[in-house]
Amino acid sequence: MPKHQITTTINGDEVDFGCHAGQTLLDVLRTELGMTGTKNGCGSGDCGACTVIVDGRPVNACLVLGVELQGAEIETIEGMAKGRTLHPLQQKFLDHAALQCGICTPGILNMAKALLEKNPDPTETEVRYGLAGNLCRCTGYDKIVRAVLDAAADMRANG
Amino acid sequence: MANENSTTNYKWVGKRTRRPDGVDKVTGRARYGDDMTVPGMLYGKILRSPHAHAKILSIDTSKANALKGVKAVLTSAEIPDHPLSQPPYAPIINDMHDISRNVMARDKVLYDGHAVAAVAATSERIARQALKLIDVEYEVLPHVLDPLEAAGRAAPILHEDQFTYSADGLSDKPSNLFRSITGQRGDLDQGFAEADIIVEREFTSEPVHQGYIEPLACIATASEDNCVELWTTTQGHFVIRALCAKLLNMDLAKVRVTASEIGGGFGGKNTVYGEPVAIRLSQMTGRPVRMVMTRTEVFRASGPTVGSRTRIKIGARKDGTITAADAETWYQAGAFKGAPVGRAAETFFSSYTIKNARAVVHDVCVNRPKVAAYRAPGAPMAAYAAEGAINELASRLAMDPVDIRIKNAVREGDESLMGTKYGQIGLLDVLEKVKSHDHYSAPLGNNQGRGFALGYWMHGGGLSSVSAHLLDDGTVTVATGNPDIGGSRSSMRVMAAEELGVDIELIKPIVADTGSMGYSHLTAGSRTTFATGMAVIFAVREIIEKLRALAAKKWRLTIDQVTWEAGQAVASSSSRGGIQSLSLKELAAMATKMGGAIAGHSEINAGGAGAAFSAQLVDVEIDPETGFVTPLRYTVVQDVGRAISPDYVEGQMQGGAVQGIGWALNEAYIYDDQARLQNTGFLDYRMPVASDVPMIDTVLVEVPNPNHPYGVRGVGEPCLVSAPAAVANAVENAIGQTMSSLPLSPPKILKRIDEAQAAGG
Repeated sequence: MPKHQITTTINGDEVDFGCHAGQTLLDVLRTELGMTGTKNGCGSGDCGACTVIVDGRPVNACLVLGVELQGAEIETIEGMAKGRTLHPLQQKFLDHAALQCGICTPGILNMAKALLEKNPDPTETEVRYGLAGNLCRCTGYDKIVRAVLDAAADMRANG
Repeated sequence: MANENSTTNYKWVGKRTRRPDGVDKVTGRARYGDDMTVPGMLYGKILRSPHAHAKILSIDTSKANALKGVKAVLTSAEIPDHPLSQPPYAPIINDMHDISRNVMARDKVLYDGHAVAAVAATSERIARQALKLIDVEYEVLPHVLDPLEAAGRAAPILHEDQFTYSADGLSDKPSNLFRSITGQRGDLDQGFAEADIIVEREFTSEPVHQGYIEPLACIATASEDNCVELWTTTQGHFVIRALCAKLLNMDLAKVRVTASEIGGGFGGKNTVYGEPVAIRLSQMTGRPVRMVMTRTEVFRASGPTVGSRTRIKIGARKDGTITAADAETWYQAGAFKGAPVGRAAETFFSSYTIKNARAVVHDVCVNRPKVAAYRAPGAPMAAYAAEGAINELASRLAMDPVDIRIKNAVREGDESLMGTKYGQIGLLDVLEKVKSHDHYSAPLGNNQGRGFALGYWMHGGGLSSVSAHLLDDGTVTVATGNPDIGGSRSSMRVMAAEELGVDIELIKPIVADTGSMGYSHLTAGSRTTFATGMAVIFAVREIIEKLRALAAKKWRLTIDQVTWEAGQAVASSSSRGGIQSLSLKELAAMATKMGGAIAGHSEINAGGAGAAFSAQLVDVEIDPETGFVTPLRYTVVQDVGRAISPDYVEGQMQGGAVQGIGWALNEAYIYDDQARLQNTGFLDYRMPVASDVPMIDTVLVEVPNPNHPYGVRGVGEPCLVSAPAAVANAVENAIGQTMSSLPLSPPKILKRIDEAQAAGG
């Protein structure tokens, strides 16, 4: 079966990939590009583990087809740290112990990043609703919410 | 006590430090089960039964075999059979006869989703196509889902060769009731005669899934010389090795299992599912085979925990003294025997000194997936009934629910119903902390209710192995055989640094494969920080002994003249050359020139893990129009022994509480009239999301466990045991009516409110 050739930008780099018409972005990232930081928890858009940012919007990578992404700008967890400097959200997740098994963490970090870009000063409730599409079974969300609120404060203070 | 438990002057224990595996997990580097690839690998997929109960008349694999890209097709004929196990059946959890049939159905399918065939193909797409080309002819049989019905005479029988096992031997006729466990003491009749008030209730709970976000995934590479390399997401790679080797008749030493990072387990990754199938497909094809379950497959064919039907009767005097308690419960084992009945019997009344008590727990097979462990297996549903009944008792006696527990609480020296003698426990400390917490007396608004419940769990110890190596730059690797499911590497590092008296950054904790370590039992039963942590301490102490000997040799002293203080060897009398101390780094650099590399090992069977108790307070608000429940405030008060890493102890308590909210309010397996599972995804199997729950406050009560050098107790399980009961109690108090069937979904709550109004209540 022939593959479609797609050109995108992933984490700032131009990336070409080939994919079948039925392949999702999640499958492209993980299988075609070996970028396994984006996790597969359900494949049906219900758990949020595969959340990535496409053209500034958080999406479930399992619900987007690879062929839809010609010219798109994609941000994944692999691009969140700048060089060897972790993003404030990554720092705060470590400081607040906001992860246990860590499988939901890449998706939640991307979702939180998109949330804070839209709303730099969210309330606890806004964080909770902002992350409502991302399942975490380990933490009970408490430390995740605290980490996001703290990162938001940090990012506001440091511009 | 004048031992090391009484000192709180720790350098690292109890401090909040960043976890050593954290950076890999926030950057996407950490590799989980599904993140591995092997050159030349094939994709394995499993064909699953669409029927809950059916005879397999024939399986025709010829069309699938003929599909281009298909390298092997497998049925149960390719999985070795094992003889029917015989009384006394221990340990049921490792029954090869059943495991063989659960990983691939033989003759009969016993639940919707039961594996019947498997393929290995060059792509996942081809593997899926091939599954559609396998023709299975079934003769559909009547099914049974309810354990009470299944235990009855008229029920369809799952296993014609299973008989009820009791002290009298085996029953005459085949039965879905495998066995019944009874814990008993005193005289029930007398106890109930002494009671001024008796509460009788029935409670039901549904099976719930562990709900780990990472689906089951593995890659098996079998070689022509009968060796196997297996990469898998598991809570215990040594157990996976043992099960695969035994099931497939292989030598243990030739099966090497590497545990991936694990994306949640909660007991659900304690056993094998796809692993033996992937190994057989690899043996058949000579190529690596990767086997990843979809979320739907995870729901249909792995886990869940038991559902229960419970009758309970508790009697007390007017002063709140419980005089008698009697419970009988039917647990769904799923398709094969092995519901956690012993732990259920242990849980019912073990927080209380009830003179006359009995708990009878039945292990019943039904046409559902074989149950797996789930965080305090068997306990939350028992606690739901027992705590529910005690709350009603307190309510009818107009007694404070905490006071009635204090009045009946077990103390050191008391025994549980199943004969466990309590050592130093923190139950009373926990209950007193609840009473003095401001949550306990905070005002409630309209349609709001407060719930309270107590949870008990007896923790596991067991086999753990550790290899610690001092490297010549003064850093130390600490390898364990326990997958790190919630931050155990952090705790291992803390304990190693504490013993050595050095900075934690000098310690690198590692989870090693089965070829590198002595046997290490599962990361389960809340045993890892206790048992494996103890082995870490012993292994590091061996290094310290060797370093003292090395320093003594250097100084020409005896080892008795050298002590280890704050990360260095110190000479107790002046040594030649005037050197008074040698640091870890200096000694490490000397070691290879003076005898060889320095390592410490510990292979232990840890005992004395002991019990722990978790009390939970929860406020909810009910929308009287819709029956929707909103948890408003939640406090977990738990005896944690000693919190090595408080962040992760709190995390366990918070996570357990929220799983309990899901169990109480939303989660259940829903079947159609053909016993086909209807909610096989996270959309319909609705676990709590961030917007469903409040912050979860935690109170860490530290009553050290005298059997661990630092006083560690397990923490991951007691916090789930009490949670469904506490939430259910809050709902009852909010609507002013009893509710006896989980989950407490909005329609059920509305119906109860309507019934009460119709009755004029």
